[in-house]
Amino acid sequence: MDVVSTQLQKPGWLRELIAIWGYAQRNYYLSKRYFLWEVVWLVYSTMNALTIGFIGVGVGGDAEEAATLTTFLLIGTLLWSYLSMIFDLLSETVSWERWEGTIEYTFMAPSSRAAQLLGMGVYSVLYGILRMIIMLGAISLFFDMSLGNANYLAALGILAICSVSLVGFGMVAAVMPLLSPEKGQQVTSIFTAVLLLISGIYYSVDVLPGWMQPLANISPVYYALDGIRNALLHGASFSSQWHNVWPLIIMGAIFPPLGLWLFRLGEQYAKKTGLLKRTG
Amino acid sequence: MRVTITHVQRATNALELNDIEKKFRKKRGEYSYALKGVSFNVRRGEVVGILGPNGSGKSTLVRVVSTLTLPDAGTVRVFDVDAVANPREVQRYINRVSVEASFFKKLSSLENLIFGAKLYGVSDRESKPRIKAILESIGFDHKRVGEPMEHLSRGMQQKIALARALLTSPMLMLLDEPTTGLDPRSKRDVQRLIRTIKKDHDSSILLCTHDMSEAEELCDRIGILLNGELIALDTPEGLKRQYGKSSLEDVFMEATGTSIDEADFAPEERMAEDEAEALAGKVA
Repeated sequence: MDVVSTQLQKPGWLRELIAIWGYAQRNYYLSKRYFLWEVVWLVYSTMNALTIGFIGVGVGGDAEEAATLTTFLLIGTLLWSYLSMIFDLLSETVSWERWEGTIEYTFMAPSSRAAQLLGMGVYSVLYGILRMIIMLGAISLFFDMSLGNANYLAALGILAICSVSLVGFGMVAAVMPLLSPEKGQQVTSIFTAVLLLISGIYYSVDVLPGWMQPLANISPVYYALDGIRNALLHGASFSSQWHNVWPLIIMGAIFPPLGLWLFRLGEQYAKKTGLLKRTG
Repeated sequence: MRVTITHVQRATNALELNDIEKKFRKKRGEYSYALKGVSFNVRRGEVVGILGPNGSGKSTLVRVVSTLTLPDAGTVRVFDVDAVANPREVQRYINRVSVEASFFKKLSSLENLIFGAKLYGVSDRESKPRIKAILESIGFDHKRVGEPMEHLSRGMQQKIALARALLTSPMLMLLDEPTTGLDPRSKRDVQRLIRTIKKDHDSSILLCTHDMSEAEELCDRIGILLNGELIALDTPEGLKRQYGKSSLEDVFMEATGTSIDEADFAPEERMAEDEAEALAGKVA
């Protein structure tokens, strides 16, 4: 009765905080254990960014134009690497547990789904920032980037707000493997592919067909990229990017609760149909 | 409902199941029953064993009590708390060890245990000395706590699974075939641990198994589950008297019309549970 008594006496918020820390710490342990794979992935992402950077060098006209285009492309590549990682980690919450065989233990523990998804979100943001810094360091050795006027503080502010909405977007996607153990994870790849297409990562959304352009308005990545590019390439202030910031704030307020609500519905469905088990 | 320690302490039964029904969809319009009107209780400090062949509904029963599967009908009460209406409260009092140890294979036993404890609101400061004491009590060499789980034998992994459950001091322990597939020595070690849990940890235990001697040795009462129905429940001696047999194996044969070995490997007996759940997954 000792630990149960202690647990019952602990306030709920403290138990939830311990659980959030538990999920973040577990992901850190896993990254440590899969260190070589993490290195391989980081090298691959960096090479990919370099390749895209060299396209900018090859296509650009004079030195200034080339630097601007290269910087435009590299900002897109780095941000996509960061934001897609947040999205992927969140959306893999269920399939990863199922693959390891721990899903039943996690879902029968008394911590909330919010704690689980927030723990995953906290880790993915911290790890994503670390990866982006390493990639930026490697890339800056190869290219003369046009960052003379950059407003880094404004760019960081926009990135932080966008991270919240991306965590929520990831929560929405995380429900898919609960609904379908066999096909759910593949569906989340479609989410990622659509975001890549409509958000203007390597090009301005103006080049998309007319009917496709409005789709960018529902992607938090679109607003984040536009705001961060303006801050880094043209030194735009945070307040001047309000047109990009307010949609991100609204999405940040809507997506996480929506994701949690959908996740709860998915969990109830999985419990009714017997899908909440280690094998699909 | 606000659950208090007093509320839990006052409950006379650790577990009460009333008329539990659970069916899974096989294909459009076709269902397979995993549990049919199952009712029984586990008193505080009691060990109740459920014997049954593969596919008889044992794992579904454990999943229903674990709050992982919602019953279609009936009530589940754990220390007098409704498990369907208040799953989070119930989850604090239960833990589980299943046939598969189920750990993050690349993580060490220490990392897995620390993580498992945190999900129950147990901090590092509280869990680390407790992990050390539990691992010592189960005879696990502390020098190996940093080794990845995949380097440990199945028997060792199962001991760590028991340690993970003990770490949260569950008042109701759910053991789903915890010794299946273990070598004889590991099996004896795990059975010894279960006896220790019963004696020293003041836990009530629901033990699902198809090992007759294990059930007879560890359980105060034994139920026989067949095709989702609880067809008998009594003390080992009571069952023998009821069926007029001298061994539990003979009781099982008389009650189910088959021996436990045949039942284990008879394909038609497996259908109701695992296959039906797998089909449910494919349908989704």
